[in-house]
Amino acid sequence: MNSEPALLLSDITCTFVSRDNPGQRYTAVADTTLAVSSGEFVSVVGPTGCGKSTLLNIGAGLLEPSSGTVTVYGKKLDGINRQAGYMFQADALMPWKRAIDNVVAGLLFRGVDPAKARDRGLAWLARVGLTGFEDRYPHQLSGGMRKRVAMAQTLILDPDIILMDEPFSALDVQTRQLMENELLELWSEKRKAVLFITHDLDEAIALSDRVVVLSSGPATRPIGEFPIDLERPRDVTEIRGLPRFTELHARIWAVLRDEVLKGYVQHRNVPEE
Amino acid sequence: MNDKRFLRFWQILLLAVILFAWQLSSLFSTKVAFFFGDPVGVAERLVTWFFVDGDIYRHLGVTLAETLLAFAIGTALGLLVGLWLALSPQAAAICDPFLKAMNAMPRVILAPIFALWFGLGIASKVALAVTLVFFIVFFNVFQGVREVSPTLLANARMLGAGRRDLLRHVYLPSAMSWVFSSLHISVGMAFVGAVVGEYLGSARGVGYLILQAEGSFDIRTVFAGIVVLTLCALVLDLLVAKVEKRLMRWQPKSGTTEKIHPI
Repeated sequence: MNSEPALLLSDITCTFVSRDNPGQRYTAVADTTLAVSSGEFVSVVGPTGCGKSTLLNIGAGLLEPSSGTVTVYGKKLDGINRQAGYMFQADALMPWKRAIDNVVAGLLFRGVDPAKARDRGLAWLARVGLTGFEDRYPHQLSGGMRKRVAMAQTLILDPDIILMDEPFSALDVQTRQLMENELLELWSEKRKAVLFITHDLDEAIALSDRVVVLSSGPATRPIGEFPIDLERPRDVTEIRGLPRFTELHARIWAVLRDEVLKGYVQHRNVPEE
Repeated sequence: MNDKRFLRFWQILLLAVILFAWQLSSLFSTKVAFFFGDPVGVAERLVTWFFVDGDIYRHLGVTLAETLLAFAIGTALGLLVGLWLALSPQAAAICDPFLKAMNAMPRVILAPIFALWFGLGIASKVALAVTLVFFIVFFNVFQGVREVSPTLLANARMLGAGRRDLLRHVYLPSAMSWVFSSLHISVGMAFVGAVVGEYLGSARGVGYLILQAEGSFDIRTVFAGIVVLTLCALVLDLLVAKVEKRLMRWQPKSGTTEKIHPI
């Protein structure tokens, strides 16, 4: 395989300028370097509003950094990252398309024959446990089902890099753990590079090979990296009881807690600059 | 079911009472008979139009043709211009004051100008109705495109959608949902445009019939014309509701947002 990291963000700084008042600037991310090797599952945790999503959007090519470069398998990224699939935090399904049409949308955009695309779409719906729901519109599905459709929609394209922005944060705890296990199962089949953003440390440890902790904003940067040496395959519900899990959790939380507190204070006061 | 029957009963009773009172008062007062006509006379007129002479069909056909043409042309134009302006903010910024001015203008006043330009035939009526329909569709399309959620767009782009895919799979469906929600109004407006156009100068159409009857103080024919127009408008509205129900199946039934209806 390629020795280059699947996704490398180097020295990324991202400053937003207020449209109404050009003097007002906000640096969301500063001097951040982050690498994800192929086959590696990396989670990024940080306090709310610290620029985690900004980082992901830069990796996806949806947002251009103010300075720094993004490389994908050694090649500089220009425009949308075609090798990446992105699962959004908010609902991103097209409400006017049935489940099956949402799942195959990416294939059709890429010029796959519609009949073949449909077969693959049905197979993917079956894999995420939604056989029989292909003709439902998104508003006729529950939140968990919509996430499954979104997962099938992203993974059907077989992306080399999977970017996930708190994809399960809107789900209830039970559904969430089910989805986490399903994600791990799907991932272990193909071992893609995953960059997973979350504010939930439990989730990050349970899923990942490595957890990166970000400082609170503004000017967010990584302040800690923890390899997670828990054995795979994992079951996210059982793994939380292991002594090693508790130990890792305590170590990472010690770093994260201060940042969460800082972030909390900052959000109560109006951020300057 | 029982409830519905109960409602129907009272509705029909109310109508009967009104018609009866109308008929009775026209029998006792010649003034009422002159200014308001009488329901039996109106009914006679309608029967003659539809079943004896059969000459209403020609006029009704013209009015409906004008309505449908104006509706089709106005919707197509509104859709095109709306999509174009919504997707190129610069052009939208330049056109903004002109569009606002044209929308603010009472466009019925254009009827005489259109009569000069396009003659007294069908074209001048269609033109007037188009100006009414266009703005309703245009503003809804514009809003529909602007309202597309950024996440939805980003998702489509990540899935590999190009500009044309975005237009077809994201912008257009979103705009259409707004257009359909304003369909009732735009069909109604097309009808109004056609009838007003006829009323202001024409040789055919239901509006023309009413104008003629008014000229000879034939109040029964005027009322008969109004009845025909009202029934037509109701039928059009029912058809639109049918179409809307079929095409908007993806939309949740409750909790819909308010849509903009200019004018």
